[in-house]
Amino acid sequence: MTVTSAPPQNTRLMRTLSVLRDVVSRPSGAIGLFLVVFHVVLALVSPWIVPYDYKAMNSAMMLTGPEATHWLGTDHLGRDVFTRVLLGGREALLVTGIATPIAVTWGGFVGILFGLIGGRIDEVLMRVVDAFLSLPWILKMLVLIVTFGTGVEVLIPTLAFFYGIPVIRIARAATHDVVARDFVSAARARGHSRMTIIRHELLPNVLDTLMVEGAMRWSWMLLAFSSLSFLGFGVSPPTPDWGLMIADARGFMSFAPWGVLGPVIALSSLIIGINLTADALAKALGIDRAQKAPV
Amino acid sequence: MTGPLIDIRDISVGFTGKSGATLPVLRNIDLKVNAGESIGIVGESGSGKSTLALAAMGYLKRGLRLMEGSVAFQGQDMFARTRTELEQIRGGELALIPQNSGQSLTPTLRIGAQLVEALRLHADVPEAQYSAKAIELLGQVRLPDPAAIMTRFPHELSGGQQQRAAIAMALAGEPTALLLDEPTTGLDVTTQAHILELLRDIARDRGMAMVYVSHDLGAIARVCDRVVVMYAGEVVLEGSTRQVLKTPIHPYARGLLASIPRLSDPRLPVALDGRPPAPGGAGQGCSFVDRCALAQDGCRTSRPDLERLPSGEAVRCFHYQEAHQLSLTGSGAIPASLDGASPSALHLDDLAISYRRPGLFDKVLGRDSAGVPTVNGIEITVAKGETLGLVGESGSGKSTILKAIAGLLPPSGGKITVAGGQALAPEVEHRSPDHLRKIQLIFQNPDDSLNPRQTIAQILEQPLKLYFGLTGDALHQRSADILDRVRLGAHYLDRLPSQLSGGEKQRVAIARAFAAEPDLVLCDEVTSALDVSVQAAVLDLLNDLKATQGTTYVFVSHDLAVVRALSDRVAVLYQGRLCELGPSADVYAMPSHPYTEVLLGAVLEPDPDTAPTLSADDVVELSPPAQGCPFQRRCPRKIGRICDTDTPPWQHGTQGHAIKCHHSIADLATAQAEGAAGQRA
Amino acid sequence: MLAMLLRRLFLGLVTVWIVSMIIFAGVEMLPGDSCTAFLEREAQGKLLENCREAQGLNRPAAERYFDWATSAARGDLGISANGEKSIAELVGDRLGNSLLLAACSLALGVPLAIFLGVVTGLWRDRPVDLAVSTLAIFAMTIPEFVSATVLILIFSVWLGWLPGIVLTSASAPASEFFPEIILPVLVLTMVMTAHILRMVRSSVIEVMVGDYIQMATLKGVPYWRIVFRHALPNALLPAINVVALTIAWLLGGVVVIEVVFNYPGLGRMMIDAISDRDLPVVQAIALIVATVYVCVNLSADILTMFANPRLRTLHMRRG
Repeated sequence: MTVTSAPPQNTRLMRTLSVLRDVVSRPSGAIGLFLVVFHVVLALVSPWIVPYDYKAMNSAMMLTGPEATHWLGTDHLGRDVFTRVLLGGREALLVTGIATPIAVTWGGFVGILFGLIGGRIDEVLMRVVDAFLSLPWILKMLVLIVTFGTGVEVLIPTLAFFYGIPVIRIARAATHDVVARDFVSAARARGHSRMTIIRHELLPNVLDTLMVEGAMRWSWMLLAFSSLSFLGFGVSPPTPDWGLMIADARGFMSFAPWGVLGPVIALSSLIIGINLTADALAKALGIDRAQKAPV
Repeated sequence: MTGPLIDIRDISVGFTGKSGATLPVLRNIDLKVNAGESIGIVGESGSGKSTLALAAMGYLKRGLRLMEGSVAFQGQDMFARTRTELEQIRGGELALIPQNSGQSLTPTLRIGAQLVEALRLHADVPEAQYSAKAIELLGQVRLPDPAAIMTRFPHELSGGQQQRAAIAMALAGEPTALLLDEPTTGLDVTTQAHILELLRDIARDRGMAMVYVSHDLGAIARVCDRVVVMYAGEVVLEGSTRQVLKTPIHPYARGLLASIPRLSDPRLPVALDGRPPAPGGAGQGCSFVDRCALAQDGCRTSRPDLERLPSGEAVRCFHYQEAHQLSLTGSGAIPASLDGASPSALHLDDLAISYRRPGLFDKVLGRDSAGVPTVNGIEITVAKGETLGLVGESGSGKSTILKAIAGLLPPSGGKITVAGGQALAPEVEHRSPDHLRKIQLIFQNPDDSLNPRQTIAQILEQPLKLYFGLTGDALHQRSADILDRVRLGAHYLDRLPSQLSGGEKQRVAIARAFAAEPDLVLCDEVTSALDVSVQAAVLDLLNDLKATQGTTYVFVSHDLAVVRALSDRVAVLYQGRLCELGPSADVYAMPSHPYTEVLLGAVLEPDPDTAPTLSADDVVELSPPAQGCPFQRRCPRKIGRICDTDTPPWQHGTQGHAIKCHHSIADLATAQAEGAAGQRA
Repeated sequence: MLAMLLRRLFLGLVTVWIVSMIIFAGVEMLPGDSCTAFLEREAQGKLLENCREAQGLNRPAAERYFDWATSAARGDLGISANGEKSIAELVGDRLGNSLLLAACSLALGVPLAIFLGVVTGLWRDRPVDLAVSTLAIFAMTIPEFVSATVLILIFSVWLGWLPGIVLTSASAPASEFFPEIILPVLVLTMVMTAHILRMVRSSVIEVMVGDYIQMATLKGVPYWRIVFRHALPNALLPAINVVALTIAWLLGGVVVIEVVFNYPGLGRMMIDAISDRDLPVVQAIALIVATVYVCVNLSADILTMFANPRLRTLHMRRG
């Protein structure tokens, strides 16, 4: 009797709160969420707190080690590494922060729609999705970037497009699980339109999967973004970016390893933070993330 | 050995809840099982009966722990033994037959390999004879062609065959005691009856003790000497099967018995209101106090002990002497009934449904994929205000027919017409809004038919918005009214389905269907997922709604007694074909078609004085025969070639009672009478 | 069963066919072609016309696709835009080197992942599990170029144990890549092991709480016999497909690793070809990689079909 005696006022809000509480109550969730929030806040405020101008070169002070004035030393052009590390995630967070929701939204919608429709069209779409997935991400990205440049206006749609495709697959699989359930049959039997069924019956049940999926896409997008920078196809100098900084500093690694360590730690901590959060979120929502392929 | 075989003393088992408190699942249970004795443990879901049975093996599910007490088998404490000792006993002296054998057999190992493994671990047989012994065991559980079964994987067997294989495995170690955890739940009526007879025979032949856990009092009545009734983790009543089932002295046991629909009783069963407390939710007093008609103030403040009476019974109730005042059998309402000839509400005209559709590869390979339709030749008229029961075992096509009427599964042939002679479009997408509203479907399992992410208000608003365009206050008011109609308060509107009990959820599903103000309601096994006491309440509600709204029902169930309780007419299906159709009273009083006779004969009543009659084997047929009578392969009254080649004609009796058989109803009645006389002689 | 195999094979071919169209259409949509890239600043007027004439770029797209696809199906991948060399020849060694890298990592990573996955699954929430699972998260999430950089810093710069860069030429026999290949293999193995072990772990956990494991326990089957006979075959089966997908996905990561270590594989060749806008080579590599991906998935499907009695007999009955 006691179980149902307290009717919640706003069920959806209650659920969100309880999931959040569950995430934070796990060590991985607490650490992960802290890292993510830390990086996002830092990206927002860093331009006002950095000690130096990120592009100010100093030929007198090239590749100096960590010291009181330059906490992480200077790079091969004499720029302050600490300043550049603080600023180095802004571009990545901006691009992936916009591209992730777009990718999850369009991929999720297409996946749910085709999961519901099923049949021949669905089969054909899945072959196309398979075909896209069979090409390595780096090839797809590079071809477009080399042609259209590396501006934000190119990177965002490109990432959003390519990273939406695997979301189709996930959303479709999750939809198939839901479509088989009687409440969808009940809605069909009542005569609701397809859009109503998607909005009221399918979306609320696929949303959990999409949220976890979004977190994972975000982390892989960051990985792709910084890999591209590292290969020299991403952010153009002198804009500070972790991937680019690691690539630049690698050549001097034998005598100035601090130039590598700063951005390595910064980038890794952000991606690990996102993944820890995604893991905790998946557990809180009762989804087994480990059983899915990263594709 | 002098003491009892299994001696459970004052055990309590619990788990740590989210709040950190220990929540008990079993509370102070005492149970003794003597050699050769057969004990039934009865209770509804969550009563702890399975936990108790597993605890007898010294096994607790992950998360559970023993709080106090001891479990001894052959005088030795099971929880104090080493792993090796336990491995010796389990599957050897003490064997388990699990609930769903389909999931309890390892899917990647052949039946033979699993049986041989059991023999290797526990049997005193030389290695060379393992497979001969395994085949012998499979023969003993009456599996046809044991050598072939040996090479099969579990999923290649039917449910009944899997259960038999599991029994064979349990017998491999020559156990002295057998624990059975709902061994026939989920099986068809005839299969269940056959398995129970097998278990009875085996236990008698080998002198084994049995602990039989079940929610089904009919099965318990058939196999057990003594019965223990559990409620909320406690034993509330213990006694001989006759004492417990005929003159129970605990209010819960009486309520439980009264809530079971009987084949012999046309009245509705009486519901037991409320629900059992959650683990840890029972207060200081009696755990049944909230649902008890005899409860007094004292029952709330102190917990009754299990009192042992001179009659051999034990009861946990302060007022057991007054329990006999409570009614024991269905004193519920007489089902509402139609009078005279009403216009037709639904007509199925030669309906045929095929599940398989030709695929691309079938076409390429030139396969004839249409084959024999799953459902064929269904011709039924349902009058307005009438309740038609559709009964049959799994695979009989009863739910398939409902899906076709609802438009979820387009028929491959025939026509569906509703009141006024209008034909329904086969697909739901092409039906008019009016037709959509007038036909509503209620599903078996409310956990599946209610969207877990929507509140009750959102669930009820869907039909109201769609069919009546209601918004704002009117919408809210109407939702509350509808909830009230299914006897739930308006405060349920803000809740999620997961915050409701099984019975409450099914009420919401019913409310959603009735929100459309339908003419025709299709009920697909609507009580099968519910406990008996809750089932009675749902049946009562459906009966009420029918009386007040004049709704026409098509009521599908595998439970013949449930159909009996609610239906005016009943149609019996086998392999997607009609066998018998007629007024419920006539069909139940005089089942004419050989299949109906077999089916009704196999039903178990919660009464130790009745026994099922098993007149046909329980082979599961995967697909209907291409021609002739669908029941030809199992029929105990088969005539000959004509049954294999010719589709049987309708044979008419009185009052619209008809069967599809090459025998006439009169001939069959004579044959049945002769058979009964033969048995007596 | 045979019908099912044929069906899978057919679907695989369809996928490759769609990929070939995507590749062709994608390259077609890019501004410029191999002539503008080859001629660079002189790409105008007569010179450009002649070049296009010579390479047959003036013909309709459908016709050129048909030519390209049919000759690719025969194994003729065309000639590169700049060198007039046969692409099949150029790609041959590089593909072999990439496969060597992948094979070494697989041989090392898959057994290790299964072992660790089973250990963490059986001892879930114990210290072993926590330690390995945490390490796995790190190995899985840190970008390949970061872990590669860190490993080079430690093993080659600080400790001086292993060479941090590959100097062997592309056409050298496989044996000459040791010990240079060790670090790249290590990086790839780390990522792969982490992904697969997580899947195996969760699969083992799921199976171990299953009804048939409880039944085996209550049948008196000794623990390790339960693990090896009853649990593992069932836990590893569903993992096969997911492992295949993961491996295929990691092909993208191989590109980065090859660049970091200067390893002469297909990935580095692809980066170079893209930088040089050598479109025929890009097309060819894309097609090869996609085919490898489809083949990996196909073999996983077939393997599962043979190993899983449930699927096997299901298809036998149908077919």
